[in-house]
Amino acid sequence: MKKALEILNLNVWFGEEPNRVDAVKSVSFAIKQGDSFGLVGESGSGKSTVLRAITGLVPNWSGDILVDQKQLGAKRDRAFYKTVQMVFQDPYASLHPRHTVDRVLSETLQLHGFGDIDTKIPKLLDDVGLSAAFRFRYPHQLSGGQRQRVAIARALAPEPEILLLDEPTSALDVSVQAEILNLLCDLRAEHNLTYVMVSHDLAVVGHMCDEVAVMQHGAVVEMMTVDKMRQQQADHPYSKHLLESSARYRA
Amino acid sequence: MSNLVDVENLWVRFPTRTGLFDAVRGVSFSLGKERLGIVGESGSGKSMTGRALLRLIRKPGIVEADRMQILGHDVMSLPEKEMRKLRGRDISMVMQDPKYSLNPVMRVGEQIVETLSIHEKVDKKLARQKALEMLEAVVIRDPERVYDAYPHELSGGMGQRVMIAMMLIANPKILIADEPTSALDVSVQIQVLEIMDKLVRERGMGLIFISHDLRLVSNFCDRILIMYGGRIVEICESGKLDQATHPYTRGLLNSMPQLDHKNERLEVLNRDPAWRDQESVSGLL
Ligand SMILES: Nc1ncnc2c1ncn2[C@@H]1O[C@H](COP(=O)(O)OP(=O)(O)OP(=O)(O)O)[C@@H](O)[C@H]1O
Ligand SMILES: Nc1ncnc2c1ncn2[C@@H]1O[C@H](COP(=O)(O)OP(=O)(O)OP(=O)(O)O)[C@@H](O)[C@H]1O
Ligand SMILES: [Mg+2]
Ligand SMILES: [Mg+2]
Repeated sequence: MKKALEILNLNVWFGEEPNRVDAVKSVSFAIKQGDSFGLVGESGSGKSTVLRAITGLVPNWSGDILVDQKQLGAKRDRAFYKTVQMVFQDPYASLHPRHTVDRVLSETLQLHGFGDIDTKIPKLLDDVGLSAAFRFRYPHQLSGGQRQRVAIARALAPEPEILLLDEPTSALDVSVQAEILNLLCDLRAEHNLTYVMVSHDLAVVGHMCDEVAVMQHGAVVEMMTVDKMRQQQADHPYSKHLLESSARYRA
Repeated sequence: MSNLVDVENLWVRFPTRTGLFDAVRGVSFSLGKERLGIVGESGSGKSMTGRALLRLIRKPGIVEADRMQILGHDVMSLPEKEMRKLRGRDISMVMQDPKYSLNPVMRVGEQIVETLSIHEKVDKKLARQKALEMLEAVVIRDPERVYDAYPHELSGGMGQRVMIAMMLIANPKILIADEPTSALDVSVQIQVLEIMDKLVRERGMGLIFISHDLRLVSNFCDRILIMYGGRIVEICESGKLDQATHPYTRGLLNSMPQLDHKNERLEVLNRDPAWRDQESVSGLL
């Protein structure tokens, strides 16, 4: 199967010496089309930055990023965003405060040349478990989890091939989380989508992904299959620690 | 008598296109020197309950209650000036949207120091020292860098911890923490919870811990209010979540993915319209 996404030796840094922060250090991974890849690890270890580099949101980076085996340059064009969509970690910052849900979704649909917007929007909202009553609300009239679902609906709108999901369900209660995760599984199965998913909840990653990378201090310290993760078989001390804390806390 | 908070029959309503929407519908509870958890599905009214207590419901929202008291003050009638004093000094809230609540154009450290100096006169150097210590306490690895950083330069979990540091440094008697650890990896999460726990045990702080993470709340809190559709449907004692009887609570427990084995599909809740009509269970002490 072909590779949908490949990252080679990715470095990302912010600022200049002596205040330079190396947020991502020689990270490499490849994901086959239709697979789901998990990024887990310490808070501040660079997980979001990896996703932001893919979507062209960081100023300084080096290395290679390949989407559908094509090398990405400095700029991302509209075709890129038709292929790759991201759900951001912070649903508060990612929705325009003065745009209604309807406007957020219709603008995205229009931008990518979709017609029949009036039937598409209720369908998108329904997919993420929101009734049509939410269509004309503003972000401040929504709870945290409702905003996150709008953000997910917006990412699904262009019918992308690759979804970058940064803590997509960490603002959601488990019942809504279950619905969204089932939806994401169905979409992946139906359209052969590829996912990169960041989550601090190892059970969520375990449910969704086939393989995971564990990050610490900007680097990937270990790659493992989800089966190994379930059996608590980590090699690196940090991954071990993470799995143990997780098990302890779930007890 | 010595409750930190008492709330009786609290309602929060919003006018919408289709008429008044009741976000909170007649909720009653007290907070002692304890860790009180509030869990419940997205949109069930958890945040609005917390915000109403601090009188932070934005217009045109409407708040009604038979009684709402914080440390003996009547929140419903307190003049705004007094209310502002109460906020920050006696009661603080870690908002669900950490970065959104921080000032984007001010360095993080200065914001922490500012909260400290609103309520007490402090020496600049000492304040910085205290802020750095607090950042370290919430497991920020490089406190010096974070002190000088702007909010957009922080990761999601760092933003959350900065907010927690900021609220704790004011040493409030009551802390309302709205999803304070939802972006933290488990190991950091445990350490942050330990700090809050210590404040409850050693300083008698009252903590309202809003979260959707049932396991976490069940392990961490003394009492848990389970909200559904703006009401409290069940109250559980610490560690006894497994014995919960309400079908909503049972449903929540069953829809969690498990780390040790794979379910092909996650169970989803079948919401019974009757759940909305049940009377709210009282959490008064
Ligand atoms: N714009 C920026 N300027 C300076 N430093 C930044 C910037 N954005 C991120 N960083 C730093 O890069 C590092 C990695 O951040 P990132 O957001 O990728 O972490 P993360 O793994 O997603 O963490 P979390 O789980 O807490 O969200 C952090 O130390 C952060 O402070
Ligand atoms: N300004 C508003 N106008 C109309 N409805 C509102 C407004 N603010 C909040 N609501 C509604 O009130 C309900 C309760 O919101 P609240 O923020 O308390 O939910 P929550 O339990 O904290 O959910 P979450 O876990 O998703 O954060 C939601 O259905 C929300 O859409
Ligand atoms: Mg992040
Ligand atoms: Mg909320």
